[in-house]
Amino acid sequence: MLGHEYVRNALLAGSFVALACGLCGWFVVLRGQVFAGDALGHVAFPGALAAAAAGVDERIGLFAATIAAGGAIALLGRGAIAARGRASGAEPADDTTIGVAFTAILALGVFFLTRFSLGSGGGAGIVAAHTLFGSIFGLSAGEARLAAAIGAAVVVLLALLGRPLLFASVAPEIAGARGVPTRLLGFAFLALLGVVAAEASQAVGALLLLGLLAGPAAAAHRLLPAAGASLALAGALAVGSLWGGVALAYAIPSLPPSTAVVAVATGVYALARLVRGGGGAHR
Amino acid sequence: MPAEPPAPELSWNLAHDVAQVLEYHFMVNALLGGGAVAVAAALAGWMMLVRREAFAGHTLGMMAFPGAAAAALAGVAAAWGYLSFCAAGALAIGALAARGRAWREETAGIGVVQAFALALGFLFVSLYGGVLGDLEGLLFGNLLGVSDGQVAELAAVALAVALALFAAGRPLLFASVDPHAAGAAGVPVGRLSAGFLLVLGLAVAATSQVTGPLLVFALLVMPAAAAQALTTRPLASLAASVAIALGVVWVGLGLSYFSVYPPGFYVAAVAFAAYVLARILAAVRPRLAARGRGSRPPAVVEAL
Amino acid sequence: MTAARSTGAAIELRDAAARLGGRTIWSEVTLRVQEGEFVGLLGENGSGKSTLLKVLLGALPASSGTVSVLGARPGAANRAVGYLPQRPGFDGALRLRGRDIVRLGLDGDRWGLPLGVGRGAAARRSAARERVAEVIELVGAHGYADRPIGECSGGEQQRLLIAQALVRRPRLLLLDEPLDALDLPNQASVSALVARICREQGVAVLLVAHDVNPLLPYLDRVAYLAGGRALAGPVEEVVTSETLSSLYGSRIEVLRASDGRLAVIGQPEPPAHHHDRHEHAR
Repeated sequence: MLGHEYVRNALLAGSFVALACGLCGWFVVLRGQVFAGDALGHVAFPGALAAAAAGVDERIGLFAATIAAGGAIALLGRGAIAARGRASGAEPADDTTIGVAFTAILALGVFFLTRFSLGSGGGAGIVAAHTLFGSIFGLSAGEARLAAAIGAAVVVLLALLGRPLLFASVAPEIAGARGVPTRLLGFAFLALLGVVAAEASQAVGALLLLGLLAGPAAAAHRLLPAAGASLALAGALAVGSLWGGVALAYAIPSLPPSTAVVAVATGVYALARLVRGGGGAHR
Repeated sequence: MPAEPPAPELSWNLAHDVAQVLEYHFMVNALLGGGAVAVAAALAGWMMLVRREAFAGHTLGMMAFPGAAAAALAGVAAAWGYLSFCAAGALAIGALAARGRAWREETAGIGVVQAFALALGFLFVSLYGGVLGDLEGLLFGNLLGVSDGQVAELAAVALAVALALFAAGRPLLFASVDPHAAGAAGVPVGRLSAGFLLVLGLAVAATSQVTGPLLVFALLVMPAAAAQALTTRPLASLAASVAIALGVVWVGLGLSYFSVYPPGFYVAAVAFAAYVLARILAAVRPRLAARGRGSRPPAVVEAL
Repeated sequence: MTAARSTGAAIELRDAAARLGGRTIWSEVTLRVQEGEFVGLLGENGSGKSTLLKVLLGALPASSGTVSVLGARPGAANRAVGYLPQRPGFDGALRLRGRDIVRLGLDGDRWGLPLGVGRGAAARRSAARERVAEVIELVGAHGYADRPIGECSGGEQQRLLIAQALVRRPRLLLLDEPLDALDLPNQASVSALVARICREQGVAVLLVAHDVNPLLPYLDRVAYLAGGRALAGPVEEVVTSETLSSLYGSRIEVLRASDGRLAVIGQPEPPAHHHDRHEHAR
C-alpha cells in the first residue's frame, strides 16, 4: 500500500490534519461548540466556490471563508446573547444564532454557485465534490506537504494556547480574574477551528468534518477524564481513524476514502459508548 | 427549472406584479406548496428553537442526502429514502439524548451521526455512479416544479404537524423548559422528546423533497428566531412565526419570478432579512418604551 | 497562628462607591480586612455583595473612593488572590477530573505546555504535582479528586474549587456565596474548612453569605451591606436589632435562639432584585 505515491501523500497530509482535528476537536467538544464547527465546515463550500469563481486557488477561498466565519460566530455569540455570563461562549443559546448565520452563508453559496455555473460549464460540480467530500487521494506531493505543514502549525498553536484555553473553557470567571484573556481566546479558538475546518475539507471534505472533529474527541472524553491523557487519546484516535480509513479505501476501491475514514471514526465513538455506557453525570 | 417566458419585468406596481405571478399554474402551485412548507416549518421550528435543538434539526435535514442517494441506488421512489433516513436519524439522535446535563456529549454524538450519514450518502452516490450535479437543486429543492399532487401532500404534512403540535404542545413546552418539574408532574418527558424528534424528522423528510433540506432548515430557524426576538409570549410568537414564514416564502417566490437566481436563494435571503429586521426592532424597542417601567421580559422566558 | 506579615490590610476600602447600569449600588463604604482575618460579608440578594467582590478583583472600577487589595490597585495582585465565583464558572457535566481543575489553579494561565526537558523541568513538574496533592489533602478531597467533576456532589465540587483557589498559596481568599447551594451539614463542614485554612495558613478570607449562622463560630468580624451602605464590626455588635434597623432604615428584629443561632426578621424585599439578576449574568 505504501508503495503508491498517492497513498503516501494521503497519509502525510491526513496524519497531520487528523491530529489537528483530534486535538482541536477535544476542545470543541469540551466547549460545546460542535455546531459552530459544523457551520464552519459548511461555510468552506461557498468560500471555495467564490474563490473558484474569481479565478483564484479555491483553497484561499476555503481558508478565508472559514476563518472569517469563525470570527463572526465568536462576535455574534457575544453580542447576540447579550452577555449571558459564560465568557467561553459555550452555552447552547448560541444554537439559534449559528443556525441563522450559516443558512445565510449557504444562501450566499448558492448565489456564487449560480454565478459560477453561469460562467464555467460543469466546473462547479467538481469543486463542490472536492470541497464537500474531500479529495485525499488526489493530493499532489506539494499539496500534501502544505496541508501537513498547516496541520502541524495548528498543533503547535494549540500546544501554546492549551492551558489558558482549558482554564478559560472550564472556569471562565476564575480564569478571567487570573488575567487570562478569555474573550480573545474564544475568538482565536474559533478562528483556529476555521483553519482546521478548511484543512479537513481537503482530507475528508467539509461535510464530513465532524466525523474527525467530534467522534474521536467525544470518545476520548468519555473514556478518560484526566485532561492530558484525554487530549492525547483524542489525537491518537483521530490519526488512527485516518490511517484505518485510508487502508480500507485502498483495499476496497469502490469505497471512497472520506467515507472510510468517517466510518472508522464513527466505529471508534460507538465502541467508546459501549465500553463506557452512561458517561454523563448522574445527579 | 421550467422554461420561463421572456424575462418578466418587475414593474413595481404591486397589483400588476402579483397578477403576473399568479398567471402561471406552476407559480400558484409554488406559492401554495411553499406556503404549506412555511406553516409546517414555522411551527416545528418554533418548538425546535425552544428546545435548543437547531443542531438536531439541521442534522435531520442532512439525512435527506443519503436518503435520496439510497433511494436512487435501490431504485425505489425518493420518498422512501427520505422518510426512512430521516426517521432513522431521529431515532439515533433520540437515543443519544441525555437531557440537559451531558449536552456537550449529546451535540458531539449528533455531529457523528451527521457525518456518518453524509459519508454513507457519498458512498451511495459513488456506487450509483451519479455525479453531484444540480447541487443547488439538492440543497434548495425545486419549488417551481411542484405538482398538484405534491401540493396536496405538503398541505397534509402541514396539517399533521399543526395537529401534533397543538395536541402535545403544552406538555412538550413544559418538558422543554423545565424537564425535572415536568417529569415530576407526570409528563412523559422522554417519550415526548423522542416523539418531537420524529415529528421533526418526518416533517423535514416530507418538505425537503420539494424545497430541499437547506431551505427547510432556513425556514425552520429564521422565522421562529425572528418571532422569538420580537415577543416572548408563546402563542403570539408562534403566530408571528407562521406569519413571518408565509411572508418570507411568498415574497421570496415572487422576487425569484422576476430573476434568474433560484427561488431558494431568494427565500433564504428574505428570511435572513426578516430576522435581522426583527433583531433590530427588538433592540430598539426597549429604548422607545423606556419612559414606562422599562419592562424587560421575565428571566424564565428570557432563557428562550 | 497568623502569618508574620503585618504590613497592612489585605483589603482596604475607603469611602468607596460602585455604579452598575447607571445605578449606585452602594456608596460611602469603608472597610478594612486585616491579613489573616476571617470576615463575613452579609446582606440579602441584590445588596451588591458580588459587586463588591468584582470591585476587589479589579473587574469593576469603583466609581469613587479608594480601594486597595494586598497593598496594590485592585486586580494588580490577583496572583495572590484565590477567587471562588458564585455558582462555579463551569457546569457539572464536565468530564474533567477534580485534580485537573485544581491543577489549573496552579498554572492554568501560563502559555505553552509544561514540557521542558532536563532535571529542572522535571523537578518543577513533580513539585507541581505534589502541591496539587497537598492542597487536595488539605480540603479533604482525596477520595474523589480523580473522578470526573461532573459526578461529584455540590459539597465535593465546592471543596475542589477551594483547593483550586488555594493551590498558589494566596494571601487573600474571596469566596462568593460558597455555602449557597449546600445542605446544612455541608455548610457546616465547608465553613469549618475555610476557618481552618484561615488560621493555619494565615490567609485573609472575605466570605459572602446571606445567612450568618454557619459562620458564627468562626468569624472575626462581619460586614453587612444593606440599603446601599455598609457596616462592619464584631458579629454581636453588627447583627443586632438596633444596628440593622438603622442600617436598613426600617424595623428589623434579630432574635437569638437558645443554641446561639441568630434569625434576622423583617428584611424588606430588595428593589434591586431585578438588577442583581443581571449583575450575575455578566
